Amino acid sequence: MPTFNLKINNKAYTVEAEMDTPLLWVLRDHLNLVGTKFGCGIGQCGACTVHVEGNAMRSCLIQVSQSEGMNITTIEGLSEEGDHPVQQAWKEVDVPQCGYCQSGQIMTASAFLNKNSNPSETEIRNAMHGNICRCASYNSIEKAVKVAADKIK
Amino acid sequence: MTPSKQSNFSRRSFLKTSALASGGMLIGFNLFNACKSDAKVPVDISQLNFNDFNAFIKISNEGKVTIFSINPEIGQGVKTSMPMIIAEELDVPWDDVYVQQAPLDTKNFNNQIAGGSQSIRQNWEPLRQTGATAKQMLVNAAAARWGVSAKECTAKQGVITNSKGDKLGYGDVVLEAAAMEVPENVTLKDPKDFTIIGKGTSNVDIDGIITGKPLFGLDYKEEGMLYASVLRPPAFGQVLESFDATAAKAIPGVIDVITIGEKARNFLSKGYVSWTATLSGTDKVVVIAKTTWDAIKGKKAIKAVWKDESPLESTEFHNKTLLDLLDGTSFKTMRSDGDIDKAFAEADEVLERTYESSFLPHNTMEPMNFFANVSADKIHLVGPTQTPEEVAKSVAVLLDRNVDDIYVEMTRMGGGFGRRLYSDFALEAAEISNIIMKPVKMVSTREDDMTTGVYRPATKYRIKASIKNGEISGYQLKEAAVGGNMYGLIPNFFPAAAISNYQVDVANYNSNITTGAWRAPYTNFLANAEQSFFDELAELMGVDRVQLHLDLLEKAKQNLDPKIEYSPERLQGVIKLATEKANWGHAKEGVYQGFSVYYCHNSHVAEVADIVMNNGLPEVKKVTVAVDCGVVVNPLGAKNQVAGGVIDGIGHALYGELTFNNGIPQSNNFDTYQLIRMGQTPQVDIHFVDSDIAPTGLGEPTLPPVGAAVANAIYKATGQRLTKQPYINHIKVEKILS
Repeated sequence: MPTFNLKINNKAYTVEAEMDTPLLWVLRDHLNLVGTKFGCGIGQCGACTVHVEGNAMRSCLIQVSQSEGMNITTIEGLSEEGDHPVQQAWKEVDVPQCGYCQSGQIMTASAFLNKNSNPSETEIRNAMHGNICRCASYNSIEKAVKVAADKIK
Repeated sequence: MTPSKQSNFSRRSFLKTSALASGGMLIGFNLFNACKSDAKVPVDISQLNFNDFNAFIKISNEGKVTIFSINPEIGQGVKTSMPMIIAEELDVPWDDVYVQQAPLDTKNFNNQIAGGSQSIRQNWEPLRQTGATAKQMLVNAAAARWGVSAKECTAKQGVITNSKGDKLGYGDVVLEAAAMEVPENVTLKDPKDFTIIGKGTSNVDIDGIITGKPLFGLDYKEEGMLYASVLRPPAFGQVLESFDATAAKAIPGVIDVITIGEKARNFLSKGYVSWTATLSGTDKVVVIAKTTWDAIKGKKAIKAVWKDESPLESTEFHNKTLLDLLDGTSFKTMRSDGDIDKAFAEADEVLERTYESSFLPHNTMEPMNFFANVSADKIHLVGPTQTPEEVAKSVAVLLDRNVDDIYVEMTRMGGGFGRRLYSDFALEAAEISNIIMKPVKMVSTREDDMTTGVYRPATKYRIKASIKNGEISGYQLKEAAVGGNMYGLIPNFFPAAAISNYQVDVANYNSNITTGAWRAPYTNFLANAEQSFFDELAELMGVDRVQLHLDLLEKAKQNLDPKIEYSPERLQGVIKLATEKANWGHAKEGVYQGFSVYYCHNSHVAEVADIVMNNGLPEVKKVTVAVDCGVVVNPLGAKNQVAGGVIDGIGHALYGELTFNNGIPQSNNFDTYQLIRMGQTPQVDIHFVDSDIAPTGLGEPTLPPVGAAVANAIYKATGQRLTKQPYINHIKVEKILS
């Protein structure tokens, strides 16, 4: 079985996996980074969102063979102490209901705010439109993104 | 709820204590509505086993408090709100409280379940008693040490103070307290003295959620655990004929390919075991692999041949069947007041409408999964279940094992909505582990999850009302549903007791498609139908639809029928609050308002939807919600439940649809099934009725009414009455009045 050298959360990992294995399952099953969630497997729900070179990407659609050499950040590596402004905002607003989709929501929001720290309401709603929250915590997510933007500014 | 009342419960039977070997006091409380009378508490501290209790308070010598949360957490917030109730009466700072999920105890307890919005309602009183009793024992211990009367002592925020001003922390007296007699009568707090209840409190798992800690079933792992992917029949009505696993077995990482089904058939042959056991007896092909991906890939590589065992049904067939039932005479009457036929015969005018809905999958974000480790001496089960006790009971029958050998742990759940009431996935995991005799996690893909569900049944309602002398003289509700009919309490919801000639009739088609509870079972569409009907009825009568409800509720107040489930006063209260806050009747230019009110799951809710038309399509901008759920235990969690229920309700009313073609569900993932997303989401403006009545649940009751509020607003904007869901399929763009 081929091996791959991955750079995740500023740490180097070597994994043995089939070439077509999605990064999602490498993270979850091989590396025990289970904060990245499985929701749909086809890039529709956003539960598996990670940062690849700072961009929010669906880890279920990226094969491990495409991930070599990339700087990958997962929810576990977003901050040292869980105190990234987006995480803080999520806590202040008390966003989660079941909480399953929230690491994907946080990864989408943090990549978005990195590029646009002063977003309009429409920009926030557009940026977060790709992440499904089945508990429909959308009002709280929207509010938390605004709170996080204020922290980052 | 009576403030500060002396309790008459027999404390001894439900509350026991023991000192901890490591220091501290442990209080186990048996929820008296939930426990067997012979529930035992271990007296030998060395034998202390957390599995022996339903729930605990554990107090360390430093005064830190651990509260065990007994009910499954599906996102409804009970892991936070139920311990808050104990902490309130115990009177400790919330920051000193650590909440831990208790496992299932099948031996002593019966009611560890998340369903029907009942967790808070049923446990409010016992949880308060538990906290108050522990507090009294700590006070008694401090009083004994000081040599004073307990009446001279007070306890607040974890500190006991006597009349001289001496102070002792709970942790200082905890060992003495554990040896105290359990008091027979304790005083509960006056609600005005609450410091934790009523204060917005963050989800106790928030830190774990925002940092990606392993909290959910899918995150659970054990050394040597394998993964299993299950190939089930693609169509309801089909069974496995044969399969070829050659290609699957050639995939590296695939360990074995097996079949399950024998144990399930044997289980089914034993007759009724559990209402949650929705398993089928067909053979299924299972790929066992080293990783989830290997298992999924292996399953895709199986070449299976299926054969028809029973008729393969399609949506057209269901539609015709249900309409035929509504036209027919094979009804069962669930409630009948007065003489409905006479009311219709003598009516000045009659209005009749038919409302239609689709099957719905639950689509929890975390797909179904379960861990099982079956060995010769015990069975360990871990995973997301709303009904752990039923899982244990069913697995015992499935594998012909003693239920005492089964240990069930509940993980946090990535959503439930009713799907995790059922235990098919846990039973599959157990049957798989029983064959391979290894720890294994059964993981469904999204496609598995959506196409092998336990669906909200497709249901149609026909509602008919008669008007005589400007009053509603008769009201008849007919239901035709696939798989089962509305439960017995629903016919006693509004407008029962408000209309003298009233009848509810139900008819059923028994399909081979699995159906079951889906968030707010039956009322999730019934409220849409009835509240749309009342909007049209009010218009026909030429009266304001809000006033019509207030008037009907006045009539209900005069009716002393003890079967009536709702409170007319509380419904009037939420109607007044919602319409006032929404500025009902004074909408801005271009904004159209729709109203809806409903009682279910013991809570009273009124909603006003504000919509605008955008390129010929309705856009819901805001929903104003008034809720009377009694005491709001955790306003932060409560608001999350209300907003979530409203938006979920709008999403499914507008977009939710699962059709069938020859037994095959026609959507299998989120590219072919539309869930509401942020861009389609209104702001939800939430108002709670100020109340000191004992609390009722919030997981469900705000969902049912909102579809009608939206439909009624769309009618105002377009002149089109929507009677079929999903509404998005039926909105006629050319009908826009503006």
